[in-house]
Amino acid sequence: MEYLQTFWADLPVVVQILLKIAAIMVPLLITVAYYTYAERKVIGHMQARMGPNRVGLFGFRLLGLGQPIADAVKLMFKEIIIPSGANKLLFLLAPLLSIGPALAAWAVFPFDAGLVLADINAGLLYILALTSLGVYGIIIAGWASNSKYALLGAMRSAAQIVAYEIAMGFALVGVLVAAGSLNLGEIVAAQQGNLLNWYWLPLLPLFVIYFISGVAETNRAPFDVAEGESEIVAGFHVEYSGMTFAVFFLAEYANMILISALTALMFLGGWLSPFQGTPLAGWFDWVPGIFWFLMKTGFFMFCFLWFRATFPRYRYDQIMRLGWKVFIPITIVWIVLIAWLKVA
Amino acid sequence: MAYLGESYPDNTDTEIALPCLPTRNPIRAVCFMPDYPAAVYPALPEMFLLSCTCLILIADLFLHRTKKSLTYLLSLAALAGTFFLTLHVSSPDTQLLFTESYIRDPASDLIKLGLLAITFLALIYAQDDLSEQGLLRGEYFTLVLFATLGMLVIASAHSFLTLYLGLELLALSLYSLVPFNRDSTTGSEAGIKYFVLGALASGMLLYGISMLYGATGALTFTEVAAAIQTGQVDQTFLVFGLVFIVIGIAFKFGAVPFHMWVPDVYQGAPTSVVLFLSSAPKIAAFALALRLLADGLPGLAEHWQNMLAILAVLSMALGNVIAIAQTNIKRMFAYSTIAHVGFILLGLLAANEKGYAAALFYSLVYALTAVGGFGVLAILSRQGLNAEQIDDLRGLHQRSPWIALMMLLLLFSMAGVPPTVGFFAKLFVLEAIISLDQIGLAVIAVFFSIIGAYYYLRVIKVMYFDQPDVSTLPVRITSGSMAALSANGLSVLALGVFPATLLALCQAAFSP
Amino acid sequence: MSFQLLLFYLFAAVLIGAALMVITRRNPVHSALFLVLAFFSCSGLWMLAEAEFLAIALVLVYVGAVMVLFLFVVMMLDINLAELRAGFVRNAPVAVLVALLIGAQLVLILGPERFGLAQFAAPVPKPADYSNTEALGLALFTEHLYAFEIAAVILLVGIIAAISLTLRRRPTTRYQNPGQQVRVQAKDRLRVVKMDAEDVA
Repeated sequence: MEYLQTFWADLPVVVQILLKIAAIMVPLLITVAYYTYAERKVIGHMQARMGPNRVGLFGFRLLGLGQPIADAVKLMFKEIIIPSGANKLLFLLAPLLSIGPALAAWAVFPFDAGLVLADINAGLLYILALTSLGVYGIIIAGWASNSKYALLGAMRSAAQIVAYEIAMGFALVGVLVAAGSLNLGEIVAAQQGNLLNWYWLPLLPLFVIYFISGVAETNRAPFDVAEGESEIVAGFHVEYSGMTFAVFFLAEYANMILISALTALMFLGGWLSPFQGTPLAGWFDWVPGIFWFLMKTGFFMFCFLWFRATFPRYRYDQIMRLGWKVFIPITIVWIVLIAWLKVA
Repeated sequence: MAYLGESYPDNTDTEIALPCLPTRNPIRAVCFMPDYPAAVYPALPEMFLLSCTCLILIADLFLHRTKKSLTYLLSLAALAGTFFLTLHVSSPDTQLLFTESYIRDPASDLIKLGLLAITFLALIYAQDDLSEQGLLRGEYFTLVLFATLGMLVIASAHSFLTLYLGLELLALSLYSLVPFNRDSTTGSEAGIKYFVLGALASGMLLYGISMLYGATGALTFTEVAAAIQTGQVDQTFLVFGLVFIVIGIAFKFGAVPFHMWVPDVYQGAPTSVVLFLSSAPKIAAFALALRLLADGLPGLAEHWQNMLAILAVLSMALGNVIAIAQTNIKRMFAYSTIAHVGFILLGLLAANEKGYAAALFYSLVYALTAVGGFGVLAILSRQGLNAEQIDDLRGLHQRSPWIALMMLLLLFSMAGVPPTVGFFAKLFVLEAIISLDQIGLAVIAVFFSIIGAYYYLRVIKVMYFDQPDVSTLPVRITSGSMAALSANGLSVLALGVFPATLLALCQAAFSP
Repeated sequence: MSFQLLLFYLFAAVLIGAALMVITRRNPVHSALFLVLAFFSCSGLWMLAEAEFLAIALVLVYVGAVMVLFLFVVMMLDINLAELRAGFVRNAPVAVLVALLIGAQLVLILGPERFGLAQFAAPVPKPADYSNTEALGLALFTEHLYAFEIAAVILLVGIIAAISLTLRRRPTTRYQNPGQQVRVQAKDRLRVVKMDAEDVA
């Protein structure tokens, strides 16, 4: 153990950072892969089907656990078709622009007390800025594809994301007013106490709005008009195939995980134990904080799938109405209320 | 005039550790912790106007299309209330608020009172015209009120920051008022021109401001003036910034050679907008120049005096000469505005109390006559028939002798014919110039005023001696407009017979 | 050369390059995307100047929101470039002359003898726990409170202006009233008629 510690300390800083990044990225990408599998399984069971159960590992069926790997291999070997008249550079750049921010946002994410890659002061702002960049991938994909469906999808997505980003930003403003800090670790620390102290209760409207806006922001059902399979085929990524398509796919799921994790962090106390402040607290002292954090994130990730299986797609004008006329006013009112309570 | 006896302690330099900060990293800030609300009391008119405007904005949403006259009445009430509050907080001393970024002095009081009174008149004229042209939307009133607020902010600005923000508030409201008639292509064209050129001018002004800020390291005018006074700041650099600032001011005034937008905007915008745009904002432009040049840059007076002299001479020459060639009366008024701006600049370039008083007097008088002149055009406009050409005024005397008489008085005042107040306005400016031994400038001013008299008299000739050809019907006029026009025309006469009161106020505003 | 200086020159070079591309690209979408790049480099420069709040806010506001809407509009544009270029060529000599004149003046005035590093003392580095955000908030809400309020009013006017210039209620447009839709009850839409069974035979 001591040997390992000295070994680690002797490594150059750049290598240390790279290893830390890998320690976040590898589990994240594996989660993304199995999230797609979970989606098919969960929705399958909700619709009284089996979901994928054929592709196994090493000759064992294992409930179809090999499915994501088979999918990945298939997509890697498919040809990338670039449509005629498309802007080649932007066409290939778009998927990267869409996954970049989704991964970069994890840099400031605290998984447990002190367990964070970059503990910066304006962490919340950084996350907001990065999540707002994901839309470029979609817009550029829509435009560079030189296809009507893609452009329509891009337009829908641009308007929708800008609208919901405001509500999302305002919801986070409420959180930072309540916590008095932009640092994510301090936001969690400010929720110490017990389960009722977590911000889901004092900021209930913001919590609900944040998560719903998060669903809209990731273009997931019931806000998936940007893809709108039944109306505009697949929207912004209709022309993409092979690995370029896979990257969009990865970005979407990585974003969903990010939103789930953020919601857990901002409103459900991140790594804090739910038994804090109860007589049971002592029993669970041995559980590491990251376990609670993953449980909470997992719950929201499940909600994403649950929504998709439950709700029909919103009509486009209804999405706009909900964003501008319902969510934004509510968040503004609640911010004022929180600020007033904070000062009083 | 009631005023607050106590003066406000200037606590800019007090160091306070703010209690609201988290203890993690206590910041000791140089900060402004005034004793609310007493310390912001002199800003009461602005606060009142802003609150009223916001309330009117909301109230208007719930009013049915046919009941917009309530918005109009509320707007008048808001202006009147602001007027009385301005009177209430006025006093002969000078107060600095908001870490010296706001100034309340006799000059700002007088400018604000003038602005508010003229906007009040403008709204009365506009109301009839708007309903006649089917443009009666609540936004007109809220935008005019916001523009007025912007002008009040300019009048009280004591730092580059507030001055610029006030100017933008005014400009943004005006940009959106010009294309107010959305179905008119000339209106949209005028709006775009005004917006693009105005944004360019704002950019120039801002660039100049950033130069001066870079050179002096100060935003408030007291500090800027003090920094220039020390003589340690590079003069070339200051003048470089000054050039851009003067360009910005000249554009906002519409002085030659930055006048391109004026005729197009006056012609393209609805009369109801022009009568506001041509009047009160000229007083605000005067306030802008006064605050920037007289308060902020008195140390550079010798430089800006020369620049203003060139602008003034060009404006008087070009404005008066081109106005003669116009057949469209709105364009004619536009060029006449340019000429009048020349006079205001003449007064400013005197750079002494006398000159500022004369320029303020001139701006107030000009705004009063301009709003009346466009008010008459608004009254004459009828559904589908805009009074646009000079010929539309033919035989006005036969159609309505009283309106013709009022228009006569207003035109006389613009031309500078005694005994109307326009004569005295010109006289005071010339006096200020001559006392500086600038005889040449004075001669040029008189020469072009005489040329200018021609086209005003031509309109009078058309009104009195030509036969009406379009319509011989008597002019329909509401009692509100009639009262406003009568007050407007008669005040031009009354102030001309007794100019001493207003002059005394103007002089008191600048007496040290 | 320190690492920071290297970064500075890198960001500055990208910024200038991107800004040049913005005004020289034929395709407005490319121009807009280069503008995004310019904002990013600018944000990097601000970050080097220890203004991390402003740097992130620049990305958040301009890149994340303003430019998205800008792209949205630009993608819809159908500009006839030939037409634009005709005017450009005709006016180019005058424009070049004016630009050269202004450029020469700027160089003469803003040269290193007035704006060299010697004239400006280097700022004192802030301690590690110095929070830009708090300092900015303090300055905004105390020293510049008045200006802050006016800026808010300007934004409000912007909203009013945009709505008053663009919102048209066309009489032919059919609107939905979601409130009414939600409030609707079965008895409003469906009438259950009781009738006796008819004798078919």
